[in-house]
Amino acid sequence: MAGTSALRAAAPEGDNQLVIEGVSKKFGGVVAVQGVSLDVPRGSILSIIGPNGAGKTSLLNMISGFYKPDTGRVLLEGLDITQKKPSDIAALGIARTFQNIALFSGLTVLDNLMLGRHVRMKSGVLASVIYWGLAQKEDIAHREAVEEIIEFLKLQDLRKQPTASLAYGLRKRVELGRALALEPKVLLLDEPMGGMNQDEKEDMARYVLDVNQERGVTVVLIEHDMGVVMDISDRVVVLERGRCIAAGTPEEVQRDPVVIDAYLGTSKGGGRT
Amino acid sequence: MSLIDSPVTSTLPKLLQRNAEIDPRGAGMREKTRGVWQTYDWEAYRDQVRDFALGLASLGFTRGDKLTVVGDNRPQLYFAQLSAQALGGVSVPVYQDSIAAELIYVLSHAETSVIVAEDQEQVDKALSLKDRLPALRWIIYDNPRGLWAYDDPMLRSFVDVVLAGQAFGKEQPQYYAEEIAKGGPEDIAMIAYTSGTTGSPKGVMLRQRNMIATAESFIAVNDVKQGDNWLSYLPMAWVGDTMFTLGLALVARLTANCPESPETVQRDLRELGPDAMLAPPRIWENMLTTMQVKSGDASPLKRAIFGYFRNLAERCEVKRSDGKPLLAFERASLAVGEILVYGPVRDQLGLRKARWCYTGGAPLGPDTYRFFRSFGINLKQVYGATEASALIACQDDAEANPNTVGRPLPDTEVRIDDRGEVMLRGPGVFSGYFKQEDATRDALTSDGWLKTGDAGFFDKQGHLIIIDRAKDVGKLADGSAFAPQFIENKLKFSPFIREAVAFGDRREMVVAMIAIDMLTVGTWAEKRGLAYTSFMDLSRREEVAALVADEIAKANATLPDIQQVKRFLLLNKELDADDAEMTRTRKVRRKFVAEKYVNVIDAFYGGRDQADVTLEVTFEDGRKSSVSSTMLIHDLGVPTPAQARRAA
Repeated sequence: MAGTSALRAAAPEGDNQLVIEGVSKKFGGVVAVQGVSLDVPRGSILSIIGPNGAGKTSLLNMISGFYKPDTGRVLLEGLDITQKKPSDIAALGIARTFQNIALFSGLTVLDNLMLGRHVRMKSGVLASVIYWGLAQKEDIAHREAVEEIIEFLKLQDLRKQPTASLAYGLRKRVELGRALALEPKVLLLDEPMGGMNQDEKEDMARYVLDVNQERGVTVVLIEHDMGVVMDISDRVVVLERGRCIAAGTPEEVQRDPVVIDAYLGTSKGGGRT
Repeated sequence: MSLIDSPVTSTLPKLLQRNAEIDPRGAGMREKTRGVWQTYDWEAYRDQVRDFALGLASLGFTRGDKLTVVGDNRPQLYFAQLSAQALGGVSVPVYQDSIAAELIYVLSHAETSVIVAEDQEQVDKALSLKDRLPALRWIIYDNPRGLWAYDDPMLRSFVDVVLAGQAFGKEQPQYYAEEIAKGGPEDIAMIAYTSGTTGSPKGVMLRQRNMIATAESFIAVNDVKQGDNWLSYLPMAWVGDTMFTLGLALVARLTANCPESPETVQRDLRELGPDAMLAPPRIWENMLTTMQVKSGDASPLKRAIFGYFRNLAERCEVKRSDGKPLLAFERASLAVGEILVYGPVRDQLGLRKARWCYTGGAPLGPDTYRFFRSFGINLKQVYGATEASALIACQDDAEANPNTVGRPLPDTEVRIDDRGEVMLRGPGVFSGYFKQEDATRDALTSDGWLKTGDAGFFDKQGHLIIIDRAKDVGKLADGSAFAPQFIENKLKFSPFIREAVAFGDRREMVVAMIAIDMLTVGTWAEKRGLAYTSFMDLSRREEVAALVADEIAKANATLPDIQQVKRFLLLNKELDADDAEMTRTRKVRRKFVAEKYVNVIDAFYGGRDQADVTLEVTFEDGRKSSVSSTMLIHDLGVPTPAQARRAA
């Protein structure tokens, strides 16, 4: 226990946008996350890897405010957001996608993306209904922001398609778009490439890199495809049974004997590098 | 008097200047981005072309230099071509889907010094080739997406070049006007590389006067109005697109509209509702197929209404083309159909406002042709060649007919030489292939006649009919003429057959390799509860072979006995330009295919019922791998070997 808590996944130096300090979460008798600390530098891509049940999604849920940690704190740009509501955290600039796609399947791609703008909308119900003056101006500005995302993610031909009719890989892309519509500072991606074929994975990896580089968004992602993780991450954090067992650059993590033993496997392993 | 006779309108960049002066606020070009049509009026159009040209000048681009554009239809790529021409340079558009290995030939042969690339994908291709292109100095990109980490010193963004041009223009305010004034009708405007059905592509040099005079001839016999909307969606490297989007649009002040992306063309077409349209047969066939699929999915009542009015329209169209009068009842029904079916269908297709539509590049099946005409779409045939600035002949509204390509354009003389080859002379005829004098001597006679390489004849009304490529016309063993394309086209009129390659020269019978149409055959199979996994799987099905055999039998019925297809084989992959089996304009490279499938041809004529083939497959990124398989050969009129075996 002492060993793990000493191993703080600290960035070498500099400006940490997101700081997680010793968070723990128990569900009844099950310890999901135990004393995990992370520093996420501004503009970096951090990957969280680990076997099933290691607590990766729980950790993400605590960052986005879906769970309240039993102990520890989450700081966004120095502001303690541990006890804030998910909607407030979203408004502060943390957006996320889900392991199981969470889109409004009956709505079109465009409407789903517009909904992503919700926390940025200011006009009241009445003003929006009358749709005149400021409300109209605001709507146009939001539409413009959404169109930028549509272009960015190459969704032009799907604007008016209901998301239910889209292929899985495309729905994942729309979900990323909806998260981007929030204009986040930090983007949490829960298995963005899960269930995708190789082509779709490569496309998605490209988009994640572009989001990070062109839009300057800090990315925290959970992913099982080691090839993708090692390719695009600046830093990798390895969780096992709720604890952080290793952290560092992809190369460091790949060489770490503890990681090889626990996760990557030695000869038959599930990891491709 | 032609525009080329006046020193202020004798080149395309000069015409742009003229348009900006007489109609500065008129829409010159539009593009759809972020879901909205954005307009460049003629003044903005001219300013972009001027500033980019000055930017090129500041990068050292001068008279005679070559500029290549590669990408989907984007205003910036059209601007760049005109900018190059304004400086006395030559534009060399290339096909955006070419793989790097194909590009290297054209780019090094043309000695391109500047590449204007649409996006990262094209920039990557250009960068991968730059070490082998000594003449290349700059790569300019339009869309900066994904290019943040690129630091190659050759790279510039379009916007940066425009800004550099504005600065350059402040220092030398007269530079652009002087450069434009130096241009004249004899300047080479573009080098259009032919897709090369045989051997390497050849660079067709077209002069400013070729482009402008051809546009003028076309306008003289077609209903072209100033301000008409045109959708620029055909490949920019195809001379037809340049002819319409730059030539015709600048001469007649049309508005060229660039779709948002290749995937949205159909939707953009409907939104825009262009006033005229040009499309290859493949697109017309796709439209018809999509419509049939949609009507099949509609409710029974709607399907019945559609079916009734479709039959009515086609019946009346046949009557009309035979010159028979329509009954009063038929006329009344057509009027009802116009409201219920024909109008809405035209609207769905985006052809509601189109006053004329052309199909060209290959023959269109008479059924498809008749369908569109019967629905009130003024579809006509056009015939052209790159060497003749895209346009040679077109049909008049009153003389539309699926079998001919109409009359030659005014000022264009067409004659048939003693070997049956179509020859022409006129303002559109090119002045030679770039750096290929031998090929030029083969194509142009000393007195200026262009040998088109097509075999054809004139019918009684003076309409030109094209049979086939002259060099492909051979003889069967009994001495009768064999025109493979003629037979292939009959086969391809079937909705289930996407491509066909017929053989028979110096042989005793005609045989064909067929590539099925995955969409229609797939739908057909699904309706019959036939499970299949892939193109290859579908092609190997006996049921599919039987289906295709029926279709071939239908085509055979229209052919003389000796010309009929006796044996055939279903290819287990589609013919593909990446595998060099087709050109980028989807014309079969017959000689190449014959060499590649030599085993198949031996099996055809050796009486065997199967052939082993090892094929090299090229992936989109240029990687290659090979696939071996056994293909079954089917005979017509007798059970297929497999069926015979099963029966036994």
